[in-house]
Amino acid sequence: MKLLAALFAFLMNLPERPMRWAQGRLAGGRLGWVFVAPNLAVFAVFTFLPIAIDFHYALSGGTNLLPAERPFVGGENFATLLDCVDHFDPNTCRRDLFWHGVWNTMRFVGFQVGLMLGFSLLTAIVLNRKIIGRGFFRAMFFYPVLLSPVVVGLIWKWILQREGVLNAGMMGVGAAPVNWLLDANWAFFWSVFVSIWAHMGFYTLILLAGLQAIPAEINEAAAMDATPPWRHFRRITWPLMLPSVLVVLVLGLIRAVQMFDEIYVLTGGGPGTATTFIVQYIYKTGFADQVRQYGLAAAASLLLAGVLLVLTMIQLRGMRRG
Amino acid sequence: MVRFLTRTRGHAAWDWTDWAAHLYLVLGVLVMFGPVLWLGMSSLKSESGIQAFPPTFLPYEQVSVDVEGRGKLKLYRVTAGEFAGRELGEVRRMGLQVQLVDPAAPATLIRVAVGDREPVMHLRAAWDNFTGLFSQFPFFRYLWNSVFITAVATVLTLLVNSMAAFALSKYRFAGRDPVFLLMLATLMIPPTIVLVPNYLIASQLGLTNSPWGVIWPAVATPTGVFLLRQYMLTLPDELIEAARMDNASEWRIYWRIVLPLSAPALAVLAIFSVMWRWNEFLWPMVVLSRSESFTLPLALNAFQGELTTQWNYLLAMTVVTLLPVTVIFAFLQKHITQGIASAGVK
Repeated sequence: MKLLAALFAFLMNLPERPMRWAQGRLAGGRLGWVFVAPNLAVFAVFTFLPIAIDFHYALSGGTNLLPAERPFVGGENFATLLDCVDHFDPNTCRRDLFWHGVWNTMRFVGFQVGLMLGFSLLTAIVLNRKIIGRGFFRAMFFYPVLLSPVVVGLIWKWILQREGVLNAGMMGVGAAPVNWLLDANWAFFWSVFVSIWAHMGFYTLILLAGLQAIPAEINEAAAMDATPPWRHFRRITWPLMLPSVLVVLVLGLIRAVQMFDEIYVLTGGGPGTATTFIVQYIYKTGFADQVRQYGLAAAASLLLAGVLLVLTMIQLRGMRRG
Repeated sequence: MVRFLTRTRGHAAWDWTDWAAHLYLVLGVLVMFGPVLWLGMSSLKSESGIQAFPPTFLPYEQVSVDVEGRGKLKLYRVTAGEFAGRELGEVRRMGLQVQLVDPAAPATLIRVAVGDREPVMHLRAAWDNFTGLFSQFPFFRYLWNSVFITAVATVLTLLVNSMAAFALSKYRFAGRDPVFLLMLATLMIPPTIVLVPNYLIASQLGLTNSPWGVIWPAVATPTGVFLLRQYMLTLPDELIEAARMDNASEWRIYWRIVLPLSAPALAVLAIFSVMWRWNEFLWPMVVLSRSESFTLPLALNAFQGELTTQWNYLLAMTVVTLLPVTVIFAFLQKHITQGIASAGVK
């Protein structure tokens, strides 16, 4: 441990000389650029440059990874993705998997964000009361947030498998066992359920912080007037915590639109295409398929980026107001 | 007892909403933590215990006995017939009958109908699920990859982000605010939408199948810069001025004064970074394709496809993967929840 500290001190002293040299050359605050440089360089290489390359890929065809060897095709990739006889029926689309992904994602976002907001709100309100062992309960609801999505997927796969504990419970109460993950509707239900299970603790925490920011006097005054609980919620709690509800709503939307990891482990996108979402389409088209179609994957990425941009704008506007 | 438990300061009794609230929370704990507990218990079961249906909560296993001249035999209790009540080892099954022997008198074979015996079970934690990970799989490799990536990426993240935050909070230079906004703008570009180009860049830089391919893209985080900058803004400038008077170099001011004073914010970012890197899945899956470079989540995902029958190892590996995060959470629960509530990020 001591050795490690000494090594660390030695390493941290190394930049001393070059930095002193730079300090002598750069007047005023311009040394700031030197401190910002490493961070900016990483952003440039792994965030800004990729956005530019994303456009290049989206506008070029073929299966070559090297940008220089990809023929320019204009909007063909977008046209391929968006080409449908009937956009409401993915089976009539040229890239039916993409449209299955789009519609599944929309359906998923609707259910997941709505239900998660409801449960997070309920849990936050309950946790904001005088509760025995409040810290324990708060920790328990938060714990799954920390788990790796792969772990989350496997935990539930183990519970939901044909000879799993849930089916044992079903038989215990006299019901027939169900192939939870092999039935399209049930697999979708469990995708929503598991993602809420894994993430609601995070949103509960934000909402709880919003609730605790409500001045105690207001609640006490309402208690003095013997305000019924429902009216208390309608007239006091809800309006005062609306800003944090909006934050949670938009954050939840941004995350739900990009849902992939735990559902991929849990269902693999199946059965069929029942739980295939947009990000899985991008991953599959760009990396998992035999023929890697980078152009289509990049085009789909940019469409997704457009959605995220709109959501982030809404979030920024909401934050400025809040 | 109930009276004692429900006694709260200032209030005489519970009304129905208190009961409903506590009932909700207890049910909630069952749903939120029950699955993890179930996973933990299952990971201690032997292969046969895992296949048992309906499953038991505790890890039961059938007792085996060493019988002279016959090796290890599974122990059964006879439930009916003239030998009812005796515990015998099973030699072989012949159609609807089984041949059993008394471990004390291994010479005489006893015949019993298949339905007239039940296995003798005892509680035994199958720790060999865990030791088997090391002996039967390159598990140490995955563990090391995960630890290496998490540790190195976290140290670099703290260093690079705090340097940027230092400049953005303590210097005035043309372009400072645009740089800060530019960094915040990267929040809008999650890794999912730059998957393809980042793969190109990583492969051009020779980073595929290397832990550095996961580390480098991760060391600059908008969240970290933002968190540290906001904290450093609260540090008094007089401290820095005083150090400059003493002719300390700017680098020394950064790492001897500002960095130690920012310890609380650094700790929050360190916890975030450990969680991010330890749990990361999609980008590593893209950039690490050879199994010797796999991290734990990648190994788990690969195994669940391959050996669906070897749930006992898969469950043990899952437990090992969630254990570090769980231990960190158990000790730093308050800091983590406060950090997240204040930063509004995960």
